Amino acid sequence: MDILTLFVVVPVLTVFVLMISKGIKQHRVVALIGFSIQTLMSFNLIYQYLQERAAGNHSIMVFTRDIMWFSPMNIHYAIGVDGISVLMILLTSIIVLTGIFISWKVDDLPKEFFISLIVLASGVFGFFISVDLFTLFVFYEIAVIPMFLLIGIWGTGPREYAAMKLTLMLMGASALLLVGILGVYFNSNADGGALSFNIFEISKVHIPVSAQKLFFPFLFVGFAVIGALFPFHTWSPDGHASAPTAVSMLHAGVLMKLGGYGIFRVAMFVMPEGAKYWANFFLVLVIIGILYGALAAIKQKDLKYINAYSSVSHLGLVLLALLMMNDIAWKGAMLQSLSHGFITALSFALIGVIYGRTHTRIITKMRGLLNVIPIAGALYVIAGMANLGLPGFSGFVAEMNIFVGAFQHTDTFHRVITILAVSSIVVTAVYILRVVGMILMGPTTPEFKNLPKIAWYEKTGTFILVLFIVLIGIFPFWWGGIISDSVIPFIQNLH
Amino acid sequence: MNLSNMLLMRNELVLILVILILLIADIFVADKNKKTVNYIAVGLFAVHTLIGFIPLKEGALFGGMFVTNSLVWGFKNILNVGVLLIILLAVSWLNKNSLKNRKIGEFYILIFSSLLGLFYLISSRNFLMLYLSLELSTLPVTALAAYDIFNRKSSEAGIKLILSAALSSGIFLFGISLLYATGGSLYFDVLAGNIGHSYLAIAGLVMFFAGLAFKISLVPFHFWTADVYEGAPTPVSNYLSVISKSSAVFILMISLFITLNELKDIWIPMLYGISILTMFIGNFFALRQQNLKRFLAFSSVAQAGFIMMGMLAADHLAASSVIYFLAIYIFSNIGAFGVVQAVSLASGKENISDYNGLYRTNPKISLILMISLFSLAGIPPIAGFFGKFFLYTAAAGKGYYLLVFIAVVNVTISLYYYLLVVRAAFLRRSENPIPYFKSDVFTKIGLIIVVIALFFLGLYSPFYDYIDSVTHILNI
Repeated sequence: MDILTLFVVVPVLTVFVLMISKGIKQHRVVALIGFSIQTLMSFNLIYQYLQERAAGNHSIMVFTRDIMWFSPMNIHYAIGVDGISVLMILLTSIIVLTGIFISWKVDDLPKEFFISLIVLASGVFGFFISVDLFTLFVFYEIAVIPMFLLIGIWGTGPREYAAMKLTLMLMGASALLLVGILGVYFNSNADGGALSFNIFEISKVHIPVSAQKLFFPFLFVGFAVIGALFPFHTWSPDGHASAPTAVSMLHAGVLMKLGGYGIFRVAMFVMPEGAKYWANFFLVLVIIGILYGALAAIKQKDLKYINAYSSVSHLGLVLLALLMMNDIAWKGAMLQSLSHGFITALSFALIGVIYGRTHTRIITKMRGLLNVIPIAGALYVIAGMANLGLPGFSGFVAEMNIFVGAFQHTDTFHRVITILAVSSIVVTAVYILRVVGMILMGPTTPEFKNLPKIAWYEKTGTFILVLFIVLIGIFPFWWGGIISDSVIPFIQNLH
Repeated sequence: MNLSNMLLMRNELVLILVILILLIADIFVADKNKKTVNYIAVGLFAVHTLIGFIPLKEGALFGGMFVTNSLVWGFKNILNVGVLLIILLAVSWLNKNSLKNRKIGEFYILIFSSLLGLFYLISSRNFLMLYLSLELSTLPVTALAAYDIFNRKSSEAGIKLILSAALSSGIFLFGISLLYATGGSLYFDVLAGNIGHSYLAIAGLVMFFAGLAFKISLVPFHFWTADVYEGAPTPVSNYLSVISKSSAVFILMISLFITLNELKDIWIPMLYGISILTMFIGNFFALRQQNLKRFLAFSSVAQAGFIMMGMLAADHLAASSVIYFLAIYIFSNIGAFGVVQAVSLASGKENISDYNGLYRTNPKISLILMISLFSLAGIPPIAGFFGKFFLYTAAAGKGYYLLVFIAVVNVTISLYYYLLVVRAAFLRRSENPIPYFKSDVFTKIGLIIVVIALFFLGLYSPFYDYIDSVTHILNI
C-alpha cells in the first residue's frame, strides 16, 4: 500500500472499528486514535515530500501511482501530491482532529457522528490526492453527502432546511462539474491521442479553444459553488449557522477549500484559454462576493452568520487571486486557503465554546465575556486579529501576497478590482472589532456571571489551531516556499 | 435439431422443470404444512440460479428464432439473481398473507412462468417469438398483481395492468405487422437488410416502440405504473419495476440497434424527446408522493428516462452502459422495495411520514434504505453512481451535451426526493416511530446480498469490463 492511498484506507478502517465499538467512551477514543494516526501520517507525508524534493525529484507530482480502473473508458485510479496538496492534507487532518476534540461531548448518536465526520474527511483526502478527474469527482461527492446527515441530525435551528439547501446546491454544482469533466474528456484526444481523464495528460493536449470557452464555465462554476462564489454562496451562511461546531469548522475550514483547489488544479490547468477568456467576467462576480460578504457580515447578529459571511468574503479573495493568474497571486491564494482554514476553524470552535455556555449566539445578548471565560475570550481576539490580517498571523501573509500579485496588472479594470478588494479589509476590521467589542468587553451580562470554565478538550483543540496560525505568520517563507515551487508548473502552463 | 442443441435452452428447460416440480409439490404438500412450499421454491430456484452460471454454448435454435450468446446468457443470470432476491424477500409476505384455501405454490409458479417468458423474450431474434414471449411474461404478472384478492386496490391493479397490457400488445402487434409489410420477414437480421425508409416502416417503428414503452413505462405510456405498483403486492411491484422493465429495455435495445438501425435518424430524436419527458415527468410526480410505493413507481419512471439517454448514443459504449446500469438498477430498486415491504409487513405503514425516526428504532434497515436510495440517486461510492456516470459518458460521447446537462439537472431534482425519505428516516424524530422489528432470515439474506452487490458492482471494475466484452457481440 502506498503512502497516499493510506489516507483513504485509514479512515475507512477507523469507520469499521467505530462500527463495532460500543459506548460513547469507546467511540470517541477510537475516533481520536484513528485521526491521530492520520495526523501523524500527514506530518510524515510532509517530511517525506521534502526529502523527495531535496533528493532532486523535480517532477510535478511525487509519490504517483496509477492503476487502471475501468479500462474501456481509460479511467484510472491515479494519485500523486505536490507541495500544495501536502499542505492541504495537513490542514484537513489538523481540523478534523481538533474537530473531534471539540465534539467530545456529542451525546446524541455519537458513533454515527464520528463515522459521518470521518467519511467526509476520507472524501476530502481522496480529493486532494487525485490526479484523475473521475477519481477526483468520486471523492468530491463522497465529501459532500455526509454533510446532509451531519447538519440534519446534529444541527441547530432550521437544520433540515439548511441541510437540504446545502446538499442540493453542492450536488447541483457537482452536476455542472460532471458536464465539464465529460466535455474535457471527449476533447482530450484533440491531438490524436487516446481519451483520458488524467489531468496531466489532458494538460499536454491542445483542447480546441471553442470547447474550452464552452466548458470552462462548467468546471469553474462547479468548483466555485463550493468556494462560495457570488451568487451561489447562499448555501454557506445557512449551512454554517445550522451545523454543529465541528462540522462548521470542517466545512468552512476544509470543504470550501476544495473549490479554489479544484479551479487551480483542474479548471485552469486543463483549459488555460478558457480561463483567460472568462477571467474578467468571473472577476466581476468575485468582487461582488467579496464586498457583499464583508458588508453582510456587518449587519449580522448571529456569531455564526458573521463568520459565515466573513468566509464568503475571504474565500472570494482566493478566487480573485486565482483569476489574477500570476505566480505571486496564486501563491497567495493557496496560502489564503491554508490560513483561512485554520483561522475560521478556530473562530467556529470558539463560537461553539461560547454557545455551549451561553446558549445564545446573538451578539446583542452577550457582554463582557472576557471576564468570565478569559481563555476563550483571548483566543477569540486572536482569531479575530488573524482574520483581519494583523501581521504576525497567517492572514496577513496570505492577503499580502494576493494583493501584491493583483497589483501587477496595470490595466484600469484590474486596478479597480484590486482596490475594491483591498477596501474589503477595512470592512473586515469593522465587523470583527464590533463583535469583539460587543461580546467580550465591558461589564458582564448578569446571567452569564457564572459560566463553566473552558474544558481540557476545548483547550487542546483551540490551542493546536492557534499554534498553526502563528506558525504560518512567523515562518511564512517555509510555507510559501513549499507552495511556490508547486505553483510554477501550473502558472507556466497558463502562459 | 438434436438433443445437444436443445441444451442451448438449458436455462429455460431447468426453469420449466422447477415449475413442474412446484406444481406437483403444491398438490402433495398438506395444507397445514403449506409454508414448506416456500422452502422448496426458494431452494429449487437457488439451484436453478447456480446452474445458470455454468457457461453455455453459443448458438441458435428454431431456425434462428431463439439465440444464446454470452450477452444473453449473462443477462439471464442477472435476471435469475434478481428474481431470487425478490422471492427471498417475498417469503415472509406470503407466510403472512397466504389465504386458507389457497396454495402458496401458485405465487411462485406464476412468477417463474413470467420469468420464463422473459428468458424467451431476451433470446428472441424474431418478432413472432418476441410477441409470444412478451405475452407469456405479461399474463402471469397480471394474475399476480391481483393476488391479494380481498384487497380492492390489488384487484384494481390487476385489472389496470391487464387492460393496459392488452392495449399495448395490440399496438405492438400492429407495429410488427407494419414492419413485416415493409421488410417481408420477421427475422431481426433479414428485416434489418430489407427495411427501407418508407412511412410504413416509420409507422411500424413507432407502434412497435410504443408497445415496448408500456412495459418500460416511458412517458407518455406510464399512466398505469403508479396505480399498479401501489395496489399490487410489493413483491409483484418489485418484479414489475426491475425484472420485467429491464428485460423490455434489453430487447428494445437489441431490436433498435440490430433491426431498426436503418431508421436511426428517426428513433434517435424520438428517444431524445422521450428521455427528457420521462425524466422530468417522473421526477416531478415523484416529488409530491407520500406513499412510498407510488414514490418508487415514479422514481422508476424517471430512471427509465436516464436509460433512454444512454441508449440513444447507439454505439458500443451505449450498449455496455445501458446493460451495466440495468444490472445495478435491479439491485438498487430491489433494495428499496425490500425495505418498504419489510416495514409495511411489520407495521402496515407505507407513507414517508411514517418513517420519521426509523433510524433510531431500526438502524440497520434504515441504512439499507439509504444505501439503496443513494444508489438510485447516483451517489458514489455506491454502484448507482457508476451506472449513471457511464450513461452520461455514452451520451456525451456522441455530443449530446445538452441532454446530459438536462439529465444532471434531473439528478439534482431526484436527489431532493430521495433525500426526503432519508430525512424522514434519519433526521426526523417521531412521537410514535415504527417500533423495532425483526425480519425473517430470508429477508435478511436478501437485503445483505443487495448491499454487498451495491458496493461491489460499482467499485469492482472487472464486472463492467465483462459487460463491455460481451456487448461486442452486437457488432455496433
